[in-house]
Amino acid sequence: MAPDAPIGTSLDPRMNRAGLSPAEGFAGAPELDQFQTYQVFHQTRRGEQHVHVGIVHAPNPELALLFAKEQYARRGQAVNLWVVRTADVFATAYDDDDMFAPATDKSYREAHFYKNREVIDEFKRRMDALADRHFRQQQPAQPGALPTDPRRVTVKGRSGKKPTIVIAKKP
Amino acid sequence: MSTQTAPADALLDLLTRLADDDLLLGHRNSEWTGMGPLLEEDIAFASMAQDQIGHALAFYELAHALGAPAPDDYAFLREPNAYKACHFVVAPIGDYAFSLVRHYLYDTAKALRLQALTRSTYAPLAELAQKLAREHKYHQLHGRTWVQQLAQGSDESRLRLQSALSEAYPMALGLFEPTPFTEALAQAGVQPTERSLETQWRTETESFLSGIGLSVPTADATPYLGGRRGYPSEYLLPLVLEMTEVIRQDPQAVW
Repeated sequence: MAPDAPIGTSLDPRMNRAGLSPAEGFAGAPELDQFQTYQVFHQTRRGEQHVHVGIVHAPNPELALLFAKEQYARRGQAVNLWVVRTADVFATAYDDDDMFAPATDKSYREAHFYKNREVIDEFKRRMDALADRHFRQQQPAQPGALPTDPRRVTVKGRSGKKPTIVIAKKP
Repeated sequence: MSTQTAPADALLDLLTRLADDDLLLGHRNSEWTGMGPLLEEDIAFASMAQDQIGHALAFYELAHALGAPAPDDYAFLREPNAYKACHFVVAPIGDYAFSLVRHYLYDTAKALRLQALTRSTYAPLAELAQKLAREHKYHQLHGRTWVQQLAQGSDESRLRLQSALSEAYPMALGLFEPTPFTEALAQAGVQPTERSLETQWRTETESFLSGIGLSVPTADATPYLGGRRGYPSEYLLPLVLEMTEVIRQDPQAVW
């Protein structure tokens, strides 16, 4: 606030129009004066899994979706949204965390062998996209003709080594 | 097919009122930022206001290509009487019921207009309308959903919505105020006449609003006119002064 501004006026003209009087203080909203919450999940590509991104308050699912779109998808990274009433989620109790504690060494169950999984998956996705494009170019619309899929991607490699990727055309 | 092309001044007239409506209503709606009824709605409404100002910029750019000043100068450094926004978009935000009803009425009109403009013979505008119409879908969904919720909510929400509607509806008719270029634009296939857009809009809003139990003050509604032809409402000047307060401090400043 500017030093010469009279008490109770704001440099924000909206505040002055609202006729609020900050000097007198605000009563504040009553506690728990909120709508129920919905958990929001978004999907970034068709076929991908939906991932939890946050929560919105809303009186019903229609408005929850409306809010979820602006809170979690306004920058255009989603193709689909789910909302689920938080009250409908079944959860374990934190008191029960004993059941998550491993009693014996179970490292043999852990997937250390898949260090390159992400690289491989990404490569496969790119190959799929290439093959799709190639496939479409090769197949002018012929009613009734059954397409043959040219893609065949094999990944060879061992843990810790750069994988070798072999692409073979189908015979 | 069109038998004649629209003169540049007719196109400029259209682009200017499209841009001015979006700019001034976008600015009005942005006044709710930080003061909305709940956090999620505050963010959604502010985001749409920002979209709307983005739409205004796109229209100002087309106008600039036809000889209007650069978008910022045209938007902010014009004589207040040179704005072509209708009185409806300039009116103060009122309570949230009024702002929501205006948002619904305006966005329904804009959706119909954009839809018609996608078939415009003026190619740059047709292309732009196609692009804006996609983003506009959410705006329309937002307005419809809220209006329906409140119309079918409590007695208080319905009454407040109804009184906002009774106030806003005659104002909204000013969206379709004809200008000296309306006929030329229609003959050149740039945009249907304002009258035909108004008819479509009345049909759609009446059926939606009466379908959710609101009464639409159609028969005795006297439109608020003048905004398109240099007779601004009393609210325009204070709005423009507030909106341009920063740029007027130093119009040459580089951001």
